[in-house]
Amino acid sequence: MASLPPIDIPPATTGNGAFDAPADDPNGALFDYLLRLGDDSLVLGQRLSEWTGHAASVEVDLSLANIALDLIGQATLLLDYAGEVEGRGRDGDKLAFHRDVLDFRNCLLVEQPNGDFAQTMARQFLFSTWQRRLLRHLAGSADARIAAIAEKAVKEVTYHAELAAEWVIRLGDGTEESRRRMMDGLEWMARFVPELFEADGLTAFLAERGVAADPDSFRADYEEEVGAVLAAAGLPLLPQQRPILGGRRGHHSEHLGHLLCTMQFLPRTYPEAVW
Amino acid sequence: MSSDWPLWEVFIRAKGGLSHRHVGSVHAPDSEIALRHARDTYTRRMEGVSLWVVRSADIVASDPSDDAAMFDPAADKVYRHPTFYTIPDDVKHI
Amino acid sequence: MYTTELQKTAKVASTEDPDKLAAFEARVAADEFIEPKDWMPEAYRRTLTRQISQHAHSEIVGMLPEGNWITRAPSLRRKAILLAKVQDEAGHGLYLYSAAETLGTSREEMIEALHSGKAKYSTIFNYPTLTWADIGAIGWLVDGAAIMNQVPLQRTSYGPYARAMVRVCKEESFHQRQGYEIMMAMAAGTADQKRMAQDALNRWWWPSLMMFGPPDENSPNTAQSMRWRIKRETNDELRQKFVDITVPQAGALGLTVPDPALGWNEARGHYDFGEIDWEEFYSVVRGEGPVARERMQARREAWEQGAWVREAAAAHAEKHSRKQEAA
Ligand SMILES: [Fe+2]
Ligand SMILES: [Fe+2]
Ligand SMILES: [Fe+2]
Repeated sequence: MASLPPIDIPPATTGNGAFDAPADDPNGALFDYLLRLGDDSLVLGQRLSEWTGHAASVEVDLSLANIALDLIGQATLLLDYAGEVEGRGRDGDKLAFHRDVLDFRNCLLVEQPNGDFAQTMARQFLFSTWQRRLLRHLAGSADARIAAIAEKAVKEVTYHAELAAEWVIRLGDGTEESRRRMMDGLEWMARFVPELFEADGLTAFLAERGVAADPDSFRADYEEEVGAVLAAAGLPLLPQQRPILGGRRGHHSEHLGHLLCTMQFLPRTYPEAVW
Repeated sequence: MSSDWPLWEVFIRAKGGLSHRHVGSVHAPDSEIALRHARDTYTRRMEGVSLWVVRSADIVASDPSDDAAMFDPAADKVYRHPTFYTIPDDVKHI
Repeated sequence: MYTTELQKTAKVASTEDPDKLAAFEARVAADEFIEPKDWMPEAYRRTLTRQISQHAHSEIVGMLPEGNWITRAPSLRRKAILLAKVQDEAGHGLYLYSAAETLGTSREEMIEALHSGKAKYSTIFNYPTLTWADIGAIGWLVDGAAIMNQVPLQRTSYGPYARAMVRVCKEESFHQRQGYEIMMAMAAGTADQKRMAQDALNRWWWPSLMMFGPPDENSPNTAQSMRWRIKRETNDELRQKFVDITVPQAGALGLTVPDPALGWNEARGHYDFGEIDWEEFYSVVRGEGPVARERMQARREAWEQGAWVREAAAAHAEKHSRKQEAA
């Protein structure tokens, strides 16, 4: 994977990366970490739900909706918990529907557009393979609530990762056209993979306390797993690209703003309303 | 050119101790995806603990127009059923 | 409704063996189930294929108006519920296509008939979903009407269809309730929400009544369909039942049913209601519904743009089996 210097990681002298939460504020750090986890699931679930009714076969529609439902369920648990940790009376809905881009903490990979089915599967494969490994670690988190959520979610995500890998193999090793599309999809997503392994003050602080997982600890396994699936698909390794970072600090791609526009429009237009 | 995938019949074991039962079918390109499709279609509400998929084309069925020859001969073999035999009430455990 | 005959069949002159025909009619009359490989009259096969595939198309096209709001659902809970609900409709379409395929027509042929405009689907899905309240109104009224039609079909004469309907009905049971729950929240909500709720009822009420199909006097195949147990109550009977059940539900919401002629008729023990605009109904049947083009375009695009995916997976399977044979 690419090891070019990231473009917008602030100097290490800040100690905390760019995070506002000081490292000696365990609640602030935990809140931020839960936003990262919850927003990953929320944004990807939202993206997948855009497919509903438009997939290549009814069966695929059902599969994509199942993954989206799992992710939205995870987001609800994680963001509700984030709200509790924050202690300012915000729940999952408040966090999902009343934050703007700068306060979203998801990785850039999950907010990428669906594109065609190959691009969607490229995103799913690269993300779920990572998320499964992360959740396996988090199932042993010192934070009992995170551990419980992870233990439930890891079963869901195992299925997502397997299904996505099966599709990557079929599309990579299908027809000329599908191979080209699969390569285009991977090519689009590859620059966002390094962000998944970005370690900053916050992950270090929480990993030290046994709450978070240090993503670097499973990076080699991830690369091996991804490599094996790509090989089975007859596809080349992920292209080396300059990593694009920033999602964990609220610096997103242009796509997220539009996704939020759609997702948040009702609660923002009618802030008094209960639905 | 937009042809559909082959058809697979889906069988579910609802819980341990029961046989697999036919529930319907799905279209899928191969057996692995057929299992995924069966899972995503037919077990969304905890309907099962085990799944079988079989290519519909591979199922061999008896022909209903033969059903007289196939099944009627069993009808008069009443001696195959325990109720055919009269045993006095006071004889137990038989 | 999803399954009312929207196309008329020309009567097929029966050249079939009268003994077989009589035996078939007797089995159906005795409430027996007909199974795929059993002998059946051609007209039965054809009518059923049309009815079940039309029902399947309705489920699939029916995903679109509600799918339109999944990305905009106003809470995480509502988003999950709506997604699961629309996913159920995909499942229903799939169960029904499965059932129809046992009659000897491939799903592909059925889908092509839909895309070419030859096959019909329920008129209701040719109306747009403008506000979130439409999602409530659809669950409450459209799924409500669907359930009313589908429950008796669990005992329909064709085995695979009856079994599919059992599964469908089990899953439908939450659809109407979630819709009504949305309406309750809206009708008890802010002035803006109330306005949306009433507006949604205004727009969906009459199209919902049309779902039960043309009046009985214009429904020439009803008698035969009833005899074959592929229809169990007439259009007008079901429509009346729906009105009788739904009007008090609207009252409980504090919403007004948009029909000045509506009133309880003590003598009949039913609600009287106004004349349905059958011109509107037949225009929509002809494909002139407000968003009919959008619905068909969406379905065609999904199918055409998915072609390379289906081909790729088939090609992979083909290579794989060749490899296995070689091994
Ligand atoms: Fe429906
Ligand atoms: Fe349905
Ligand atoms: Fe429904």
